[in-house]
Amino acid sequence: MSLRGKAYVAGVFEHPTRKADDKSLAQLHAESAAGALADAGLTKNDVDGYFCAGDAPGLGGLSMADYMGLKLRHVDTTETGGSSYVIHVAHAAQAIAMGKCDVALITLAGRPRAEGMATGTAPRNYGVTTPDVPFEFPYGPTVVNQYAMAAMRHMHEFGTTGAQLAWIKVAASHHAQHNERALLREVVTVDDVVNSPVIADPLHRLDCCVITDGGGAIVVVKPEIAKRLKRPPVKVLGAGEAVKHQRGGKIDLTYTGAVWSGPAAFAEAGVTPADVKYVSIYDSFTITVLVTLEDLGFCAKGQGGKFVSDGALISGVGRLPFNTDGGGLCNNHPGNRGGLTKVVEAVRQLRGEAHPRVQVKNCDVTLAHGTGGSLATRHGSATLIMGRD
Amino acid sequence: MAAAARTIPAPPTNVEVQPFFDAAAAGRLVVKRCLACGESHHYPRTMCPHCGSDRTEWKDASGRGTIYSYSVLRRATPPYAIAYVTLEEGPTMMTNLVDCDFDALRIGQAVRVVFTPTDGGPPVPTFTPA
Ligand SMILES: [Zn+2]
Repeated sequence: MSLRGKAYVAGVFEHPTRKADDKSLAQLHAESAAGALADAGLTKNDVDGYFCAGDAPGLGGLSMADYMGLKLRHVDTTETGGSSYVIHVAHAAQAIAMGKCDVALITLAGRPRAEGMATGTAPRNYGVTTPDVPFEFPYGPTVVNQYAMAAMRHMHEFGTTGAQLAWIKVAASHHAQHNERALLREVVTVDDVVNSPVIADPLHRLDCCVITDGGGAIVVVKPEIAKRLKRPPVKVLGAGEAVKHQRGGKIDLTYTGAVWSGPAAFAEAGVTPADVKYVSIYDSFTITVLVTLEDLGFCAKGQGGKFVSDGALISGVGRLPFNTDGGGLCNNHPGNRGGLTKVVEAVRQLRGEAHPRVQVKNCDVTLAHGTGGSLATRHGSATLIMGRD
Repeated sequence: MAAAARTIPAPPTNVEVQPFFDAAAAGRLVVKRCLACGESHHYPRTMCPHCGSDRTEWKDASGRGTIYSYSVLRRATPPYAIAYVTLEEGPTMMTNLVDCDFDALRIGQAVRVVFTPTDGGPPVPTFTPA
């Protein structure tokens, strides 16, 4: 069975805050939910399916259903880091197709800034029962130095340069200048990126995403409900998910699980990369985007550096407009998890509701991709393809 | 020249992997090898992640390897080099590169194991240019 046409994205919401000193975590989830439901023209009493991930407080789905007062017949707390919410859209579509729910609500929220969390450069210890911890935590793995090792290897094998990576940030900044809510709105140059301080070789400060508080939500509904709502219908065309890990020590940092999730999504959607007018690509770091574009088939393996250069990702300028809200690199990376906002901007593009300066013309097919965890060694990959009716 | 060394936190060990750290305390690097499929793996498990067999054994490794990738976390105080080193026995393992000039490191470089004390725990295998 294919997901194509079995469910619609009816509502999306990106919480406007970027620093939430005055809001609780549960409150951010609930405000995001209310925003997406209002966008769809529905209320919380219409919701019968709920999806959240590890960022939700307490017992996740149970705690948030209790807080928001939801009456549920389907709950899913799939946790694949920042890619979770892209997977949730697919799982919601599957549940709707199986008749397990009619209106699915997905929420994300986080407040790493308000909590003073050391995000990118402090080793995270996921607990003593985590099997990798005795063999990794002592060596100081952080988010940034793990992604940096993937970048270092890519440069070694394919000759990728820091200037090529920088083009990804440059493109994001060109888009963010038009987003009044973006944390970083200043347009930057390749020189600005490569001359910014090195955080972990070879990644510079401007190769890294922003750290923001905030959240977001998505409402997925069955076709009959989508048809009676007033918003432009956005159809789920296809989805794929994958987990990539270390294969018992046969580590290869040059590719991601997108090599599996991408083809699965394209096959289900019945489209090819050439049909895609806009992409939201998870951009925790510039290297994440470059490797993902290769793995999804937008260019050959090793050619990502050349592919992204010279403004190729800038809307209205290049061949493949990406992250037109400014992405995680410039706009927002709520709770250190960027998957949900990737879906939101892809929906805006399909509706024709992106900022006029970055709106892609005739945008009928979009792709949103999430990458959560440590790049190429233990991460979730999720690809979602959506289209207009 | 060699930078001031970072204090390595103690590895939180458990009963399944204690032999690895007992060997480290005795100055030996060991890897798990599967008697069913012949493959070695790291980090060590009771059951082989390649074929699923529980017929795995601890084997002494040569302690020689090459740098698969690395990164110096310049933002840390003091900076330190994290790396993946591919062992002669096959598996690639996360580690630190120590007692070396960070600016002279390169992928493919030959390295050898040295055991570095940790903060209140058993020593852990780290690597230095061979
Ligand atoms: Zn085996």
